[in-house]
Amino acid sequence: MTDWKETAIFFDHVSMTFGEKQVLRDVTFSVARRETICVLGRSGTGKSVTLKLLIALLRPEAGHIWIDGDDITQLREQELSRVRRKMGFLFQNAALFDFLTLYDNLALPLRRLTQKSKQEIEEIIDRVLQQVGLSGDREKLPQELSGGMKKRAGLARALVLEPQILLVDEPSSGLDRITASEIDELLLEQKQHTTMIIVSHDVHGARRIGDRFAVLDHGQLVALGKPLDLEDHDNETVRKLVTEG
Amino acid sequence: MVNRLLASKQKVARRMSQKKATGLTKGLEAIGNAALFTLRVMKGAFRAPFELAYVGLELTDQGWRSLPLIVSSGFALGLVMTLHTRTELIKFGAGAWIPEIQCLSFFVEIGPLVAALLVAGRVGAGMGASLAEMRATEQIDAIEALSIDSFKLLVVPRVLACFLALPLLTTFMDFCGVTSGFLSEHFLSHISLQLYVERAFRGVEWSNFIPPTLKTAVFGFIIGTVSCFFGYTTNEGAEGVRRAATNSVVMSSLLVILADVLLVRIIFILFPGTAL
Repeated sequence: MTDWKETAIFFDHVSMTFGEKQVLRDVTFSVARRETICVLGRSGTGKSVTLKLLIALLRPEAGHIWIDGDDITQLREQELSRVRRKMGFLFQNAALFDFLTLYDNLALPLRRLTQKSKQEIEEIIDRVLQQVGLSGDREKLPQELSGGMKKRAGLARALVLEPQILLVDEPSSGLDRITASEIDELLLEQKQHTTMIIVSHDVHGARRIGDRFAVLDHGQLVALGKPLDLEDHDNETVRKLVTEG
Repeated sequence: MVNRLLASKQKVARRMSQKKATGLTKGLEAIGNAALFTLRVMKGAFRAPFELAYVGLELTDQGWRSLPLIVSSGFALGLVMTLHTRTELIKFGAGAWIPEIQCLSFFVEIGPLVAALLVAGRVGAGMGASLAEMRATEQIDAIEALSIDSFKLLVVPRVLACFLALPLLTTFMDFCGVTSGFLSEHFLSHISLQLYVERAFRGVEWSNFIPPTLKTAVFGFIIGTVSCFFGYTTNEGAEGVRRAATNSVVMSSLLVILADVLLVRIIFILFPGTAL
């Protein structure tokens, strides 16, 4: 029996297939409230698919996914909206809406999903943009932003509704070490009050942020535990993935 | 040996029929999906939120930015048409009919059809490619992840804008075609504006102008829906963007021409006097 006071996410025997390729096989794990799990694995092992399943952009072939006590695999679109509002998603390439300015990218969910006044929306956006260091760029279009700025803008959009759960796909991909470290700092700030699942290839960053690591290999969860405990794991792939350098 | 040959022949025949069945199934599935997509657009157009701001943005992009293309094409076509028809008409002593023929042919068919085909090329390709790119760059996923209906936000305003823009663009094309017809006649036969207008509108009734112009709203709906369908439903990255753009133009142009046949018949039934 899952204790929903303590558990935020329960991924229950989930399998997923695309065409003839099985991407996830009977994967089970849970995430406690305000815990950060970093999902590691080689390319094409189902890490990003796991995140998309968690926010119901994909439906699993088998198994159940529980978010805050709701089985999202059984929910209808309207009920899903309620659950999704508890979550923020930072996409790998930020996925900013290219037809809107940075300000409007952040304002869109606030205008649509809340009853906040124009003044309140303005204040929230100013605060979040300041938090991610983009205060002076609010009128820029996404194509005018650098890679690191896009990531920070994507994070700002994910945070604007103050989500309980933050899903992050490759926060440091395509970024230099310094910019990646800045993104890590921003994620560390969120760690105190947010449940996070971070898909990453950057072990250094993952070790700074993650409480536990989940290692996927060929669609299977081969290891789940604290980074230090996994360094001596039987599986060589796990050892290689969790060890820096 | 013969048995083995027969068996392999049967095997090949079975495989070919399976392939045909798969192709047929896929074709029927695509038609079904397109029909459901169209119904979703219609339903979305009458359901709040109405996204008027985004309809306005799209109207600017599809309508205002298509205007130079429509205006220049209208002028060129008007000019070419006069040059083609005047020699033959003058040969039969019917030079006085040039303005009326020019006006009627633009109002009834050339204006609506050419405007629709030009919009299918410019706007259709743009809509298909931009939506496909949004799909490829996960922008559509990002909208869904924010609990916002991406279909209502991205597809419905585009289709509505195309539906509204095309009759307006057609009117501009008609005006430009008739104006360039006058200019060409003025230079060749020194006809006055007053006489040209008098002759041009002598045999033209409102029913020659309004139903053909309004039928372009249907063309706009077709272009918008077809282009959005190919763009929104693609899932193949950069190749998908290319394919969505091409399919949008080809299919919407084809469907506009087919719809034109049907709509002309309907106009003839509803307004018998419009049959030239």
